[in-house]
Amino acid sequence: MTSLFLLQLLNGVQFGILLFLIAAGLTLVFGIMDFVNLAHGVIYMVGAYLAVSFTQMTGSYGLGLLLTLPATLLIGLVLELLVFRRLYDRPHLDQVLATFGLVMIVTEGVQIIWGAAPLSVAMPEALSGSIPLIGQMRYPVFRLVVIGAGLATALGLYLIIGHTRIGMRLRAGATSRAMVSALGVDIHKLFTVIFAFGAMLAGFAGAMVAPILTVDPGMGEQVLILAFVVIVIGGIGSVRGAFAGALLVGIVDTMGRSFGPILLRLVMEPAAAGQAGRVLAPMLVYILMAAILAARPTGLFGQKT
Amino acid sequence: MSRLMTRRNAALLLFSGFALLPFVATMLGDSYLVVIATRILGFAIAALALDLILGYGGMVSFGHAAYVGIGAYSVAILSRAGITDLGAHLLAGIAGAVLFALVTGAISLRTRGIYFIMITLAFAQMAFFFFVSLSAYGGDDGVTLRARSTLLGRPLLEDDRTLYYVTLAILVALYLLAVAITRSRFGRVLTGARENPVRMQAIGFSPFRYQLTAFVISGAMASVAGVMLANQTGFVSPAFMNWHVSGELVVMVVLGGIGNLLGAVAGATIALLLEEWLGLLTEHWRLLFGLILVVIVLASRDGVSGLFRRRDRP
Amino acid sequence: MTQSRTILALLAASTCLAGPAAAQDDDTLTIGLLLTLSGPSAVLGEMARDGFQLAAEEIGDIGGMTTRIIVVDDELKPDVATNKARELVQRNGADIVVGPIFSNIMGAIAKPVVDSGAILISPNAGPSVFAGAECHRNIFATSYQNDQMHEVMGAYAQAQGFDNVFLLAPNYQAGKDALAGFRHSYEGGVAGEIFTQLGQLDYSAELAQIAAMQPDAVFAFMPGGMGVNLVRQYRQAGLETIPFLSAFTVDESTLPAQQDAAVSFLGGSNWAPDLDTPENKAFVEAYEAKFNQVPAVYAMQAYDAARLIDAAVREAGGVADRDALIAALEQAPFTSVRGDFSFGPNHFPIQDFYLTEVVKREDGKFATSIVEKIFEDYQDSYVGDCQMD
Repeated sequence: MTSLFLLQLLNGVQFGILLFLIAAGLTLVFGIMDFVNLAHGVIYMVGAYLAVSFTQMTGSYGLGLLLTLPATLLIGLVLELLVFRRLYDRPHLDQVLATFGLVMIVTEGVQIIWGAAPLSVAMPEALSGSIPLIGQMRYPVFRLVVIGAGLATALGLYLIIGHTRIGMRLRAGATSRAMVSALGVDIHKLFTVIFAFGAMLAGFAGAMVAPILTVDPGMGEQVLILAFVVIVIGGIGSVRGAFAGALLVGIVDTMGRSFGPILLRLVMEPAAAGQAGRVLAPMLVYILMAAILAARPTGLFGQKT
Repeated sequence: MSRLMTRRNAALLLFSGFALLPFVATMLGDSYLVVIATRILGFAIAALALDLILGYGGMVSFGHAAYVGIGAYSVAILSRAGITDLGAHLLAGIAGAVLFALVTGAISLRTRGIYFIMITLAFAQMAFFFFVSLSAYGGDDGVTLRARSTLLGRPLLEDDRTLYYVTLAILVALYLLAVAITRSRFGRVLTGARENPVRMQAIGFSPFRYQLTAFVISGAMASVAGVMLANQTGFVSPAFMNWHVSGELVVMVVLGGIGNLLGAVAGATIALLLEEWLGLLTEHWRLLFGLILVVIVLASRDGVSGLFRRRDRP
Repeated sequence: MTQSRTILALLAASTCLAGPAAAQDDDTLTIGLLLTLSGPSAVLGEMARDGFQLAAEEIGDIGGMTTRIIVVDDELKPDVATNKARELVQRNGADIVVGPIFSNIMGAIAKPVVDSGAILISPNAGPSVFAGAECHRNIFATSYQNDQMHEVMGAYAQAQGFDNVFLLAPNYQAGKDALAGFRHSYEGGVAGEIFTQLGQLDYSAELAQIAAMQPDAVFAFMPGGMGVNLVRQYRQAGLETIPFLSAFTVDESTLPAQQDAAVSFLGGSNWAPDLDTPENKAFVEAYEAKFNQVPAVYAMQAYDAARLIDAAVREAGGVADRDALIAALEQAPFTSVRGDFSFGPNHFPIQDFYLTEVVKREDGKFATSIVEKIFEDYQDSYVGDCQMD
């Protein structure tokens, strides 16, 4: 029982880190540029599709992943140039409408290019096995790689934002655009860079999940809501918050699914517990978010407004 | 003054256009037009409800599908219990929506901006998953309604045209109600609370109570849409509560131009017409629909009504 | 005047919507295909569409009549589907509607279709209500009743003497029906039963529980993308020593994504591409040549639907006399690619069911392959509830 508990905890952490990879770019763009980007999910999807194609072309997942990064960076640049740049000073709802339009365009475009059937990337041979963990239980190697990649991304972002010149500008730009412009920083160029970087993070997340999750035209939309839940729980714009929010969502969801019915059985009939567990499990994440926002209306690490 | 006049004219024009539509359909020999138009009217009611709080109260609810669903399920649940009257269905839907809106609104209104958007979504998702698990009513599969609601004890709504006109009458009545609300002192406080909550508090109004009341009214109106849409489709399932529907409602309101009730009706009409029309043109209509949305936003600051306004400038 | 102008433009635009009035032409056979063609599950609808159109091309004039085929997308949204169904029968004057893929859509479209007097032929969905209490003389299925595929696996598990099977399905109606179907023919013990969230991506929590319990076998119902995720993660978690039984989880629509991860996994089915009948050989060959993919049951059942319609319309001498058409359809006067095929009194098929296994073919493609016949001339268990007038 204890070992199962630990394993599920690890699973929860792993799922959380996966969510963090997706949410990191979203919270950057949202927090620093005050821009609601519903299209973040589809860029993640495009990243996964590109990883599939590049892996097929090069015959290596590693190369496919490496090629996906500049490709999604480029997509981010182009989108910023064509659409997003014109929306920065517009109300949130206009941004919602425009990016909603982009979601429809990209989703349909992906179906036209790659077809509707789910695709996948073959797991690289070296990472495909599982290692013994506790007793009889094993853990897939690639999942450990995902955890590693997520932690590295978190650390990288922390260092960039907290300890570099560009990070300083980012933080300043988020608080006062006018002042940063006055200091001679080209705020538009800065925003272009952030946006493209955010797109690349999404693409990276897409490429990372391609070997474990299906690549299909619905994948972007599926995670978009969860990514928003994560950044809202954490407090918008806070990468630290996104990290905490992602772990919280991952652990609560995973643990609730596996131990919820067991806990419920302590207080009610087994049949009723099973039923209640089934009703509650998919709601858990939303109950968590509602509870956190009710207590802290700007999320865990959000600034008071 | 002239702005009010033009809005009245526009409303007259739009609603009389709707009133004439069944005759056009008969002339063209295309009875299906009435079917699509009823669906448009249903969504127009829901969009109108959303615009009341979104446009006037600054509350962007991303969970209005829940109220549509509550309305729809009140038809399914009462019908199964043998109560088929439309009035009873409407009342039950409204009662359910008021209750849900009171509880969730009171909690949600603690938050602002994007947090409000997400917390309303959270509550709608809870409702969605609740009905997905409700095996007695088919769970995810939903339930087929054996018949439409009855009116005055008679199956009058079985006729597509009658259902259409009843829905239109409800839409017009709710539109007039919404206009009256926005012009009343209550409406002005609501707008004031959006513009400057601190000042409203200072002059002795608690914005919370006004906002919550508006939220509840809006939820109740959206449940009416659910009752009518359930009758139109003859089928009720949790799909009515899917967050897509909430998103589509927001798109409709923003597309039509926020904070001008008629815009919501126009937005619902445009969105659904575009969907039908582009669907006739190509299998990949979403691509075109998305393009049109992007172009509209880039070209206009106030939805579709803004597009036309700009052209009026000298 | 600004808003008035908007409204005027709107009204003008709405007249463009008036479609062609229903062509109630007795010489034309109008068939509407109402399938899921967008979203994550679109591949199933596409296969059914392709299968139907392949048969239509081979036949030429279906039933010897000028044929008009209209393909529409139900978007997997019941309310959209209802309206599309009405559009097909009211505006386009469809005589026969072929659809849908998903059971929840069937509940939404059945009433509008049959109320108009049109025939509804399901190329996949087979919900229990339409096989039983709400069966209708205008409704046919060329597929199966939903429970049957699961019953096949239950019977197999029973025959293997398994006594400790772990059950896994998404938390929605079809998922609950699936596990009920499995238990219908399996009497052994159940190690655990988990209902996962619909559309769940990550199954590590469930897999950890399976690993901890070490059951005799796992039975899963995870259609579409969920199945792809589950199967690959199952393999990655190193659980392949535990037999993996499933229905609608490993088939030709998901195998291109599951690939090697699914090889040797078992499934229950009414057909597989290597079923040995001359008609099936011809069908699979033609389908693969045309679409460069291996067909799944959805394609096969739609292909059979087209051939059923063709034969029945010929026999009835047209579609104007609906009673004659229904009588002809009931006889199933065609040779199914499945070989043995007839309709029960509830208009659901009586057919054979097989245990299938995933194989990698010599050409490198993945497909299911028949291992053994489990049920012969098998009928669903709801037929007794059907009172057809």
